[in-house]
Amino acid sequence: MHIPDGYLSPQTYVPLYGASFVFWTIALRKLKKEMDAKYVPYLAMAAAFSFLIQMFNIPIPGGTTGHAVGAGIIAILLGPWTAVIAVSVVLIIQAIIFGDGGITAIGANCFNMAVVMPFISYWIFKVIRGNSEKGMRLYIAAFLSGWLGLLIAALITAVEFGIQPMIAMSPDGRPLYAPYPLSVAVPAMALEHLLVFGIIEGVVTAMLLKYFFKHEPDLIYALHGGAR
Amino acid sequence: MTSFQKKLWIGLIIMALLSPLGIILPEKFKAGDAWGEWGTDTLEKLLGYVPEGLKKLADLWKAPIADYNLGSENSPLIIQVVSYVISGILGIAIVGSVIYLISNLLVKKS
Repeated sequence: MHIPDGYLSPQTYVPLYGASFVFWTIALRKLKKEMDAKYVPYLAMAAAFSFLIQMFNIPIPGGTTGHAVGAGIIAILLGPWTAVIAVSVVLIIQAIIFGDGGITAIGANCFNMAVVMPFISYWIFKVIRGNSEKGMRLYIAAFLSGWLGLLIAALITAVEFGIQPMIAMSPDGRPLYAPYPLSVAVPAMALEHLLVFGIIEGVVTAMLLKYFFKHEPDLIYALHGGAR
Repeated sequence: MTSFQKKLWIGLIIMALLSPLGIILPEKFKAGDAWGEWGTDTLEKLLGYVPEGLKKLADLWKAPIADYNLGSENSPLIIQVVSYVISGILGIAIVGSVIYLISNLLVKKS
């Protein structure tokens, strides 16, 4: 889901830089206001976790690869605004040091994976969990949160790819940037994330929630109404 | 550091050591790039051309450890495996340091 340089037109990547910038600013302000120093190690570990889980490329035999992002579990454990910072730092380092995702696409990639995903995941978790304090319902909520969070992030990414042929064509009618239209990009990205990568994200999210619930339940942001 | 935090850090190191699975498995199952993340060579094969605008931007930035690989694209798998583990450890160190740096500037001590 890391859009490389060249796939998005400036008409797309510039506004997405703007959108991410707005979220970065608010997130940093919230971090300054609300976060206690004792959570800093968890924030660092969350970012390290997101970096590492993204290295586990999952193959679709004979097809493409993809991976989990970890933004959903980070949003559940530390809150969605903290997840914005953790995952954005990861994506920016990936682009600059490891060439994973383009420099021009940092805004877009952060918007998709570090803004859309944590907020959707967090919201799904809150809605599905309802008032449950423990038990199966929490883990089902966590699974769906990871699964659908990644799926929706993938769909937004697919739309960004798919609108490129409409935005910019060369005089001979060839696309200038990402070449495939919405009708190709959306089903391709949706199916693989629906059936494979999203499921992995969901399982990882549920398992990690279970682990934290067992060992450090007080830490879990989404279970304490977010007040901290 | 609490003992719980120590456990989590150990878990992260284990993840870094296992990360080469992320290149070995795709190789074994003959899976290619992620959708929409093809290089210009692959695009040329897929489309028969490379989109003009894409070509101009594609090589904008030369990452120091491109694709988490210290060798080249054609290096033997073992080089890529070792590079991956090093990238994983480096990744932990860099993102961790950046987070501590940001937090130091922002977060109040308790």
